[in-house]
Amino acid sequence: MSDFAEYESNSPSLTVEQALANLQQKDDSGLRYYAAWWLGRFRVKEPEAITMLIDALGDQTDRTPDGGYPLRRNAATALGKLESIAAVPALIDCLACEDYYVRESAAFALEMIGDEQCIPALINLLDGGVEAAVQVDGKPHLRQPYEAILEALGTLGARNAILMIEPFLAHSTEKVQYAAARALYQLTGENRYGDRLIQALDGKDLQLRRSALMDLGAIGYLNAADPIYNTLAENSLKLIALKGLLENHLKQQSDALSDQSKHVMELMDGLL
Amino acid sequence: DAVKALCAIRHQAAISTLIDVLKYNNPGAAVAAVDGLIEMGDIAVSPILEQVDGYNYGARAWATRALAGIGDPRALELLLDAALNDFSLSVRRSAAKGLGGIRWEKMPLKDATRAKQEVLAALLKVSQDPEWVVRYAAIVGLENFAISTDGTFQLEEIFTRFQEMRESENEPVICARIQLAESVLDKYR
Repeated sequence: MSDFAEYESNSPSLTVEQALANLQQKDDSGLRYYAAWWLGRFRVKEPEAITMLIDALGDQTDRTPDGGYPLRRNAATALGKLESIAAVPALIDCLACEDYYVRESAAFALEMIGDEQCIPALINLLDGGVEAAVQVDGKPHLRQPYEAILEALGTLGARNAILMIEPFLAHSTEKVQYAAARALYQLTGENRYGDRLIQALDGKDLQLRRSALMDLGAIGYLNAADPIYNTLAENSLKLIALKGLLENHLKQQSDALSDQSKHVMELMDGLL
Repeated sequence: DAVKALCAIRHQAAISTLIDVLKYNNPGAAVAAVDGLIEMGDIAVSPILEQVDGYNYGARAWATRALAGIGDPRALELLLDAALNDFSLSVRRSAAKGLGGIRWEKMPLKDATRAKQEVLAALLKVSQDPEWVVRYAAIVGLENFAISTDGTFQLEEIFTRFQEMRESENEPVICARIQLAESVLDKYR
């Protein structure tokens, strides 16, 4: 998200050659980890970078004490940013990785790449439905990265998943509920799902309000314009959300500016 | 709520306290304090400029927003610097908008022409910012600048820049904002 670019000003700059060399060597896992992130952040779409990142999805050397695969996580994220179709089969394999965070990064990456062949594998992760979607003992996360999975299914237009997704509106975790509402709005276009997210803008927890703002921006739900403007959250986030609404609306418009467009811009002007 | 109560007093003594609130790293309170300072208007400008210099970064960002909202020419130098050079995009954004809201009637006529030239040059430069939201704010700034000068100050230069931007811009939202600005400014042509 471009708005966070200001926090990245401290990161060391690399050249493409350095990043590739850092990713290839095996002595310093920190350098590899950073190089994988860097290639995604700076959209290095060269075939050599893609090949190396796909390779890194199978890395066995970089392990956390509890068995996680940090390099795989970053490589998956980078391949998503690079929108690499070639990486889709390897990313689908990552959905079966024992590291939750690798599965999560892979699901987000598959969403960004937008190739429908991953839909069955994503639906598989919803096995057991909302009853099985409970926290893993001793871990801070649920059994599967449900937010990422639901979001991806919505973005990918997986209409055959609607019945599977619907029960997640009643999941005990708000963010999972929002992800379900977001996906269902994208899959059905029904206002009640968008309205569920508008309702969330009134929540008590700032993190959750932020989350709902981003969801509304992502689905471009125009009815949310005024509620977004009035949400208690940072103007930066509200501006990003309103931008999402306006972009989506402009796609459906002819050259003349509609009254709704002008209204959204008026709200945006007020948040600068 | 205490901050809101202070704003309601609208008294000079409250200004100092409101400015103090800016440095507590409490966004909710800071938003209210900024609103309060903007409402106080001109009498808040000198105290902000004096008090804020030694403050931390976050406080200066909030102060920039307050000064941008007030539009007093005494803040011009600070706003120009913030719009062009601040590392934070949210500060560049609000400063750019503020540059379009300078109340020129408060500036001695002999200084105004040069200052307007500086503001226009800065906004044209900020309209090339790498961040979309800063470019968006620059367009709003340019529109308001043209309005605040009744379209009498190098209007064609603004239209030319808009045209240039439309040709190179990837963000549909920015192109839409330019279209809106052009339609608003058309009456001055």
